[in-house]
Amino acid sequence: METLADLATGFSVALTPTNLLFALVGTLLGTAIGVLPGLGPALTIALLLPITYKVDATGAFILFAGIYYGAMYGGSTTSILLNTPGESATIVTALEGNRMAKRGRAGAALATSAIGSFVAGTIGTVGITFVAPLVVELALKFGPADYFSLMILAFVTVSAVLGNSAIRGLASLAFGIWLGLIGIDMQTGQARFTFGLIELLDGINVIVVAVGLFAVGETLWLASRHAHGKDELLPMSGSLWMTREEWKRSWKPWLRGTGLGFSIGALPAGGAEIPTFLSYYIEKKLSTKPEEFGHGAIEGVAGPEAANNASAAGVLVPMLTLGLPTSATAAIMLSAFQSYGINPGPLLFETQATLVWGLIASLYIANVMLLVMNLPMVAVWVKILAIPKPWLYAGIMVFATIGTYGISQSVIDLALLYAVGIAGYFMRRFDFPTAPVIIGMILGPLAEQELRRALTISQGDMTVFLTRPLSASLLALALLALVGPQLWKLGKRS
Amino acid sequence: MNLKLTADAWVGIAILVFAGIVYFEAAQIPVSPLYARVGPAVFPYFVAGAMALLGVALLVQGLRGGWSHEDPELTLKPDWRAVFWVALGLGINLAAIADLGFTLASALMFACVSRCFGSKRPIADFGVGFALAALAYLGFSIGLGINIGEGILEKLVF
Repeated sequence: METLADLATGFSVALTPTNLLFALVGTLLGTAIGVLPGLGPALTIALLLPITYKVDATGAFILFAGIYYGAMYGGSTTSILLNTPGESATIVTALEGNRMAKRGRAGAALATSAIGSFVAGTIGTVGITFVAPLVVELALKFGPADYFSLMILAFVTVSAVLGNSAIRGLASLAFGIWLGLIGIDMQTGQARFTFGLIELLDGINVIVVAVGLFAVGETLWLASRHAHGKDELLPMSGSLWMTREEWKRSWKPWLRGTGLGFSIGALPAGGAEIPTFLSYYIEKKLSTKPEEFGHGAIEGVAGPEAANNASAAGVLVPMLTLGLPTSATAAIMLSAFQSYGINPGPLLFETQATLVWGLIASLYIANVMLLVMNLPMVAVWVKILAIPKPWLYAGIMVFATIGTYGISQSVIDLALLYAVGIAGYFMRRFDFPTAPVIIGMILGPLAEQELRRALTISQGDMTVFLTRPLSASLLALALLALVGPQLWKLGKRS
Repeated sequence: MNLKLTADAWVGIAILVFAGIVYFEAAQIPVSPLYARVGPAVFPYFVAGAMALLGVALLVQGLRGGWSHEDPELTLKPDWRAVFWVALGLGINLAAIADLGFTLASALMFACVSRCFGSKRPIADFGVGFALAALAYLGFSIGLGINIGEGILEKLVF
């Protein structure tokens, strides 16, 4: 029951007027950027990282967490009404949700996704509350070798398992790790990959890379596709009140989606795409009306929506307890922790108890706020979609300037931003995933640190990674995750 | 088998070249004998090696026809006119921000990017961009005490 006492302390932190305000601003901002296509939580939090110099850690993380959860709610509105997924995790929602909207049942689709998000977000947060302390106990037994192997496993799952191609995912990851190596090596003081530029000695700021890839690269890509295709914004239609039948068809998918999303999110595999797709297929199989799938089946909205919110909660478990980010947003939150000089990991729950529990408590509050914002007030958010597209993207470029040049006053940063943007354009063109770049950049230096620690303890004996049972099993899992899908494909073909 | 130098094959070649650069730069890192065991160059060599392997794999895939055709959206003919307007906007911002200042440079960029996405009213776009940038500038300087890019205009007016 220690956990409940900790949670109570957390609520006493989260319920102070300032922190409630941070939660409110975060959820409002999160919903807004979730609704807007082209803006995601990773980009938004990256742009807001400079506030870590002004605001205390608890407030900043409550704000970031509000944005993170809010974007998951807001993204579904866009998927349903615009058929352009607001977030990558809401691609599946667009499949059925948009069809429902076309059939005049936009209201029910929005309602089932908002209520499903609330159910999943709340159960997911309960999950964090009770699972995180258990993972902490386990994590305290980890040595440097085990940590290194765990990071290798995370590297493989985030880059090779997600996305269309393991090779391209790993190439993105390697590029990110290389970006993270630039600058002075903390252990030896040697400059690495600075190409003689003094500006690079401090390393490349993750803001520049995240904004370059997610804002500049994306805008260049959309510009190059401009001549093709138009989006059609569907009007709000139908009552927000779900019928008895719609409730009956929604509640089981919500719970199944939540289970899938949280458990996959909490594994060091992370990502919201896999659980949403899995949930979609499961609901299609289990549905009593499978013929409706593809024409606006409510289960196909309820399940995946719950799955993506629950996985957002799940991802916070390895991030907080192990310092292991498995999504681009979590990686950027980790870099925010670093800028406060805090290292997430098992000790976080000891040394920063008020911060962690305040953050967890604020997630419960954020969920309630988001339900209110996204159900009765959904019409307000739909108005955001009326911003003319030219001004939306032009505005994003202005904010990208503020987030980079505005903070550092360095034209080199701006040039670097655009260079990363061009790289981002080519990554889009050749279907390289971008999230592994950010994860590699943040996690790469940490993996190197653990590698060195492990080898210092073992006096250079490389076999330490294979002789420690925990480390060996993690590496075996990583190998399995890497070659398993290929073997499975081969097996199916023959 | 038919081998073709597709665009995807060039991606493999580019990654191989990049791996070469990473290897070359890693070799430049001075390694003190004190840290000879796991020095600052070990991880970089590892990254270079991984990139080289992945580059070879992508080159092979590329020569065998590549992967871009799997998603028809990837190979649509790019709208270079639109890309030009974005690039022009970013270029103007980069060149002008230090002297003209954040507000003017951003307003010019805003107008160019709007043009790219089909807006036909450059003056209105410039006005909206100017208002947005000025608001942001004032918000940051008054609200947070942060100067996000002072230039000619900011010195004169604010």
